[in-house]
Amino acid sequence: MQTNIDFLKVENLSKTYIAGSPPVFENVNFDIQQGEFVCIIGHSGCGKTTILNVLAGLEEASSGYAYMLGREIKGPSLERGVVFQGHALMPWMTVLQNINFAVKSKYPDWPKAKITAHSEKYIELVGLGAAKQKRPSELSGGMKQRVGVARAFAIEPKMLLLDEPFGALDALTRGVIQDELLKICASTKQTVFMITHDVDEAILLSDKIMLMSNGPNARIAEIVENTLPKNRERATMHHDPMYYPMRNHLVDFLVHRSKLVQQSSHAPQNQNNVRDITQRLKPRLVRPGKEQMVSNQSTQMN
Amino acid sequence: MNSIKLKGALLSVILFLMMLAVWHLATAPKSGINQPDRVSTTPASSGNSEYDLLMGKGSKDVAPAQKSGFPTLTQMGETFYKQLSDPFYDKGPNDKGIGIQLAYSLARVSLGFLLALVVALPVGFLIGMSPLLSAALNPFIQILKPISPLAWMPIALYTIKDSSISGVFVIFICSIWPMLINTAFGVASVRKELLNVAKTLEVNPIRKAFKVILPAAAPTILTGMRISMGIAWLVIVAAEMLVGGTGIGYFLWNEWNNLAISSVLFAIVVIGFVGMLLDMLFAKLQKMVTYAD
Repeated sequence: MQTNIDFLKVENLSKTYIAGSPPVFENVNFDIQQGEFVCIIGHSGCGKTTILNVLAGLEEASSGYAYMLGREIKGPSLERGVVFQGHALMPWMTVLQNINFAVKSKYPDWPKAKITAHSEKYIELVGLGAAKQKRPSELSGGMKQRVGVARAFAIEPKMLLLDEPFGALDALTRGVIQDELLKICASTKQTVFMITHDVDEAILLSDKIMLMSNGPNARIAEIVENTLPKNRERATMHHDPMYYPMRNHLVDFLVHRSKLVQQSSHAPQNQNNVRDITQRLKPRLVRPGKEQMVSNQSTQMN
Repeated sequence: MNSIKLKGALLSVILFLMMLAVWHLATAPKSGINQPDRVSTTPASSGNSEYDLLMGKGSKDVAPAQKSGFPTLTQMGETFYKQLSDPFYDKGPNDKGIGIQLAYSLARVSLGFLLALVVALPVGFLIGMSPLLSAALNPFIQILKPISPLAWMPIALYTIKDSSISGVFVIFICSIWPMLINTAFGVASVRKELLNVAKTLEVNPIRKAFKVILPAAAPTILTGMRISMGIAWLVIVAAEMLVGGTGIGYFLWNEWNNLAISSVLFAIVVIGFVGMLLDMLFAKLQKMVTYAD
């Protein structure tokens, strides 16, 4: 059926933490193509971080599979760089040592000078050249998060996983780092999977936004294609005619539909049409502003 | 901040002088009944003068106040001067300088402490890493930990048959527990985030142990080492009193047998100072490995 291998493919993923209780999420299916920037939005407790951890190989799903380049993800790998929610820098190491540690893990045979040069390149990339000899405790929250980003990029992963990396930052700092991330991703064609709570962040950065319904029994309810042009900028983005349809769609989902989807997905038990159920569980593909809703049929064609 | 330190130091000096003053007043030679009494008894027992001499009663060199019990400040000063001016003399098994005795004690403490460290660090690491091992070994640790290290002394003497090595063993057994428990705790409470970083970077177990877990747990481990050293220094005095031979504890007990209270007091002060220096050393080490989060 499928001739080309998806860069990343997730099939029927579900996770149950306590046996007997309903799964946090179930029937999670999506794919990510090479070079795509995908954001996932949903309310707390719908299992976003768990999905990311499964992709990172840090957690196991209760059922279902995740494949990267056709191979099942079974454990952590240097092919996937992770930026953690709480920066997770080694507090006793300087910025440079932190990055060096990661680079040495990826390229154990490199001489020290080469490792340092490589690390310094990525430290410069996030604009921390002046702070490379500082320890994390001497850095501001934004700077720490940048070091985390630099560390993930420095190992040159095939895919980057970002767990709400800028959630704890103030709006100004967040904006600056978002711009930097956008720039770096555009130049490296990095494939990114990112969790966020910030609708504007998702619109600015992503090609595709996955919307999750509320947990338990959460699932991906909609996959929204970013209809804004590629060369968007934070400063001018809100003038784009596509911006408000896009933003309203996302906000509407978070405020109203995320709850309704949860209720409808396991309310009627007398459903005897199996095909209908699976159809209903498939995420809707949406292109806000361009055409209201693409039917399920065309989703399958994609 | 600085003025508080200065004032504190000043107050310390004042308190110290006050204590000395109280001491001086309490030990000042008493005028009245005692002195003439003593003078009168000496000639009366002239028949036993040789015996008296042997007992140190008739001798004119011996200061009379030494017999009265607690030394005066002058005598203390003399003892300090005498001991510190020649700390390394060796006049046979029962008469060695304080420096030599301290060296013996410190050697036993460091040997026992290092042996304990060599055992506690890897075992603590394993316990910290493995909840199963932790559960399995916990009952042993909990039962062995509260046993007074001196209670092991008979077993040590019986099996090792060497008093000096038995002392080392006692130090070993008393300093192992805080290090073991703190190492296990430190290793077990390394932040999961950091371990996840190591996992996603596919860091091999040995590199992870030395580059991630050890530095992360180092402050806790050093705290355990500091506690252990404190206990070891407490225990060595008692252990050496018990087994005798050499060391500061033996010195102290020997001076008690000589009824040389001023030397006993001198030994007590020395023990306090060395203990403080050891603690300061470990405080410094602790500071070196502590990181701000």
